Amino acid sequence: MNFHLKIWRQAEGSGQGTFQDLEAKDIPSEASFLEMLDIVNDRLTEKGDEPVAFDHDCREGICGACSMTINGIPQGPGRGTACQLYMRKFNDGDTIYVEPFRVGAFPVLKDLVVNRSAYDRIITAGGYISERCGNAQDANDTPVPKTVADYAMDAAACIGCGACAAACPNGSAMLFVAAKVGHLGLLPQGKPEGGRRVRRMVAQMDKEGFGNCSNYYECEAVCPAGVPAAFIAKMNRDYAAATVRHAVEATA
Amino acid sequence: MSTTNLDPKIPAGPLADKWTNFKTASKLVSPANKRRYELIVVGTGLAGGSAAAVFGEQGYNVKCFCYQDSPRRAHSIAAQGGINAAKNYQNDGDSVDRLFMDTIKGGDFRSREANVYRLAQVSGRIIDQCVAQGVPFAREYGGMLANRSFGGAQVSRTFYARGQTGQQLLLGVYSELSHQISAGTVKMHPRHEMLDLVLVDGQAKGIITRNMVTGEIQSHAADAVILASGGYGNAFFLSTNAMGCNVTATYRAYRRGALFANPCFTQIHPTCIPVSGEYQSKLTLMSESLRNDGRVWVPKRKEDCGKKAADIPEADRDYFLERKYPSYGNLAPRDISSRSAKEVCDEGRGVGPGGLGVYMDFADAIERLGEDTIRERYGNLFEMYQNITGENAYQTPMRIYPAVHYTMGGLWVDYELQSNVPGLFVIGEANFSDHGANRLGASALMQGLADGYFVLPYTIGNYLAPIRGTRPDVNGPEFKKAEEEVRERIQRLLSVKGTRTVDSFHKEIGKLLWDECGMARSKEGLEKAIKRFDEIREEFWSDVRVLGEGEELNQALEKAGRVADFIDFGQLMCEDALDRNESCGGHFRVEYQTPEGEALRNDDDYFYVSAWKHTGDGKRPELIKEALHYEGVKLATRSYK
Repeated sequence: MNFHLKIWRQAEGSGQGTFQDLEAKDIPSEASFLEMLDIVNDRLTEKGDEPVAFDHDCREGICGACSMTINGIPQGPGRGTACQLYMRKFNDGDTIYVEPFRVGAFPVLKDLVVNRSAYDRIITAGGYISERCGNAQDANDTPVPKTVADYAMDAAACIGCGACAAACPNGSAMLFVAAKVGHLGLLPQGKPEGGRRVRRMVAQMDKEGFGNCSNYYECEAVCPAGVPAAFIAKMNRDYAAATVRHAVEATA
Repeated sequence: MSTTNLDPKIPAGPLADKWTNFKTASKLVSPANKRRYELIVVGTGLAGGSAAAVFGEQGYNVKCFCYQDSPRRAHSIAAQGGINAAKNYQNDGDSVDRLFMDTIKGGDFRSREANVYRLAQVSGRIIDQCVAQGVPFAREYGGMLANRSFGGAQVSRTFYARGQTGQQLLLGVYSELSHQISAGTVKMHPRHEMLDLVLVDGQAKGIITRNMVTGEIQSHAADAVILASGGYGNAFFLSTNAMGCNVTATYRAYRRGALFANPCFTQIHPTCIPVSGEYQSKLTLMSESLRNDGRVWVPKRKEDCGKKAADIPEADRDYFLERKYPSYGNLAPRDISSRSAKEVCDEGRGVGPGGLGVYMDFADAIERLGEDTIRERYGNLFEMYQNITGENAYQTPMRIYPAVHYTMGGLWVDYELQSNVPGLFVIGEANFSDHGANRLGASALMQGLADGYFVLPYTIGNYLAPIRGTRPDVNGPEFKKAEEEVRERIQRLLSVKGTRTVDSFHKEIGKLLWDECGMARSKEGLEKAIKRFDEIREEFWSDVRVLGEGEELNQALEKAGRVADFIDFGQLMCEDALDRNESCGGHFRVEYQTPEGEALRNDDDYFYVSAWKHTGDGKRPELIKEALHYEGVKLATRSYK
């Protein structure tokens, strides 16, 4: 198959970039999108041109390193990450636009590579259960209803790729934050510090410059892990309750 | 040319008491003194991430490094099926002893008995710890934890979270690590790659890293260095490892004097999606858990291979694992299942393009349990399979073929997980001790977390207590010299300006290793490969093309350094495979097999760990042996029939 690529090229530290026209010729239809880029990069290298930089690692759709927007859709068309997109999904001769995630809080480092450490800082602000490794009670001492465990797993499946924020017209990270708040908040182990968690994570999210949710649900549509947007509503509820409780406790 | 003087420092006493005896006698560092120490942890997978978090909780200062942009992306995340633990929640006869025996036998009697026993002993606590940190394991309707079974076991002791167990365990570790980062005890350095180990007075006291965004070369000093940098499966180019997985951290340590143990023990996983073309960059695993319900078969007759699976009647199918290993059936261990698949394909009975594939069929399970149950158990795997191959496995059998997945070999460590270089500790897949010549499914997650949560935090005290936080100055001559060497090597890679891409070399050594040091190995092939590696090394350093500069984000340069190490390391794998004149576990030498084609072990001559010592670049390594001693297990021919 043959494709005409318009790929975002941006030198390191320049703050500006441009689309470069590249031909991707004789690409096997079974190749993944990233394998297509490998082929293009090898040919660039042979010609003496610098290859396109992009983040990728497991190429199984689970590590969340993929961070490119393909034809305007973060992680590309169809459910799943860019590494799980196969060229047979495109038509021979298609023009394909490839650019980095566009989110203010994810500055572009080079070409398609962005800095997503804002997500790490949100988790660091409170996305955990404060327990110490050592003498946890027997795992079966805390029964967790299957439905609760399954629902928590739906949220826990988040791969932290950032497509949600990239797809959101407001650049909101709320699906990502809500996934962690929901996962830990649903489980009995996570309840004791649930209020503190949601307040701290939301505060950090705001500090990083992410926008707010205004119910476009673009995040849910692109989420490779299929995290339901309903978790955002749950987080809003948890946040409101925790804020009120905190305010009351502070004045008591 | 070989010597036998390696002391694994196994504690005295009966097998079941060794770990308790060790803990009672081990040295402690007081809480007030812990903050005077700095520890370096390289890697943030299950082993490194958990170790860094626990050291932080205990009050040590930890510097933690990973090459990914976030510690949450370490390759432990891709493990699908589950984690073993001897909880016996199913009341099906499991116990610490049973898990221990299964693991020793699964490893074909080439692992270190005392380490494996300890692993089984701490396994249950891992599950408790993971649940406490919020890992959403699968549950039964009563709210209790669910289990399934995995290869090489006749009990159900595997805990799981859909087909994403590794992800959930790693995110648990990551959350605990994040907690410590927030507390200020762990300083995280993502997008940093370790390029050398620094020894001061013969002890590991620091590392040299490259900042992968700016290209800056930095020295970091510490009281001890912990490597948790994973395995070397990517030496084969095509593997189920993430693209960035590499041997550089451990290989650099080897060059500085750490011994590399059993490098030829690599695991070829039986159930991966077959290779489809030259362009392919990686192979995708289909979890072993699928073999709980999937039946593996090929046509009985070559002539049927071209037919559709549905058109081949039951009588003309050969369920070869069930036929050869009736008591374990489709859940025979990985090495055996892989070799059997290769055998039937070699006979010309393989299916799919190139005849390199066998069927894994769910029709019986779907009929028995219904499609919904199968979807609930493996839905994401079926989706993944369909996405990659375009085929619906609910309707037609999956096609699978073995692929490189895990490496049992690694840096040599003693019972304390310390290498022969004092101050250098190695945990997780990066060490060698627990899986022998073949790892059982769902045991990698168990070992990674055991090492990081429950073993190293207890064993490191013996080294740390007497030294009292006396780490060297990062501006000392040893650091400056190592930094200089790292810079020179990068400059050398950039200045070759040859004609071939890094990937073309990587593919070449990958194919060489797959052909000569893969599922079947021979003296002749290995000797040929060892010679060929010398030539490839020379071609690489005279003809590789790496564009760009050192002081920037340069992915080709990162890869070039790793591939250069894979070339040297691949040769070491072949040396090890050549020395071991027997077949055991994943190491199958065609000269040594039973009349039925099973691995023929030689306990009289090879009941030892091969620990290789670096003697200089381009020189043949020296073999040092650690003789194995078994107290609790009788050596036996491994049978799954």
